[in-house]
Amino acid sequence: MEPGLGSYLALSGILFTIGATGVIFKRNAIGMFMCIELMLNAVNLTFVAFSRHYGDVTGQLFVFVVMSVAAAEAAVGLGIIITFFRNRISVDVDDASILKN
Amino acid sequence: MVNALFFILAGLAIASAISCVYHKNPLYSAISLIGVFLSLASIYLTLAAPFIAVVQILVYAGAIMVLVVFVIMLLNLDEDKPITRLRYLFPIGGALGLVLLAQTMFIFYAVTKAPQPASDAGLEVGKTMSIGTAMYTEYLLPVEIVGVLLLMAIVGAMIMSRRMREPKIELVKKAEAEEA
Repeated sequence: MEPGLGSYLALSGILFTIGATGVIFKRNAIGMFMCIELMLNAVNLTFVAFSRHYGDVTGQLFVFVVMSVAAAEAAVGLGIIITFFRNRISVDVDDASILKN
Repeated sequence: MVNALFFILAGLAIASAISCVYHKNPLYSAISLIGVFLSLASIYLTLAAPFIAVVQILVYAGAIMVLVVFVIMLLNLDEDKPITRLRYLFPIGGALGLVLLAQTMFIFYAVTKAPQPASDAGLEVGKTMSIGTAMYTEYLLPVEIVGVLLLMAIVGAMIMSRRMREPKIELVKKAEAEEA
């Protein structure tokens, strides 16, 4: 017996929520980045589950696009984190307050 | 059989995700996140999407996580400091998470109640050939846009992580000293 669409969507929702809570609670920029990756993966799971359910290849193609955007995000985001660390000797997002006031 | 496999993999994914959020040490978080990616790749295999499963392992568990681990080691990060400021907001954050979970569950429940097509979906859908055909015919423009986006990301990352302050001045000084 195969699990239905609902099981996959439930798993995706749980993973997305864990990722979102992580973004709320973490203060480490790299930790937040990893939680965002977790959320992107949850969305990918939804795409693949629907693609399987409707027998349409579009969902899997969109997963490919999401992965490319995640790779671009990793390159640029980690570049920002390294630059930030160079200026502040920290990756704590609370230290990123230069635009305050 | 597939059902049991799904529940094992789903439990593994959720446990790894919680451990990723829970650990204070970023390296442990990264390794737990690799666990999530691997279990999701296995779930993609049970969903008859072998191409996506392989790309998941190559791109996420391979490229992106290696980059993250490199940065963690490069910066030599300590563990997260305990949070002192805004401590009273913690339960509110947890409550917001629960609300979000309820919302997603409600939306997904509504979606599964929608009229469903016959689920005898073709098994050709997940194959590399069908994805490649769709990619280079019907969805050519999005693929090209993704290519341009990746190029922009490469250029942006290189410009951002380059040191651009002192070195030029030092070079000029060195040249002047050599001339004198």
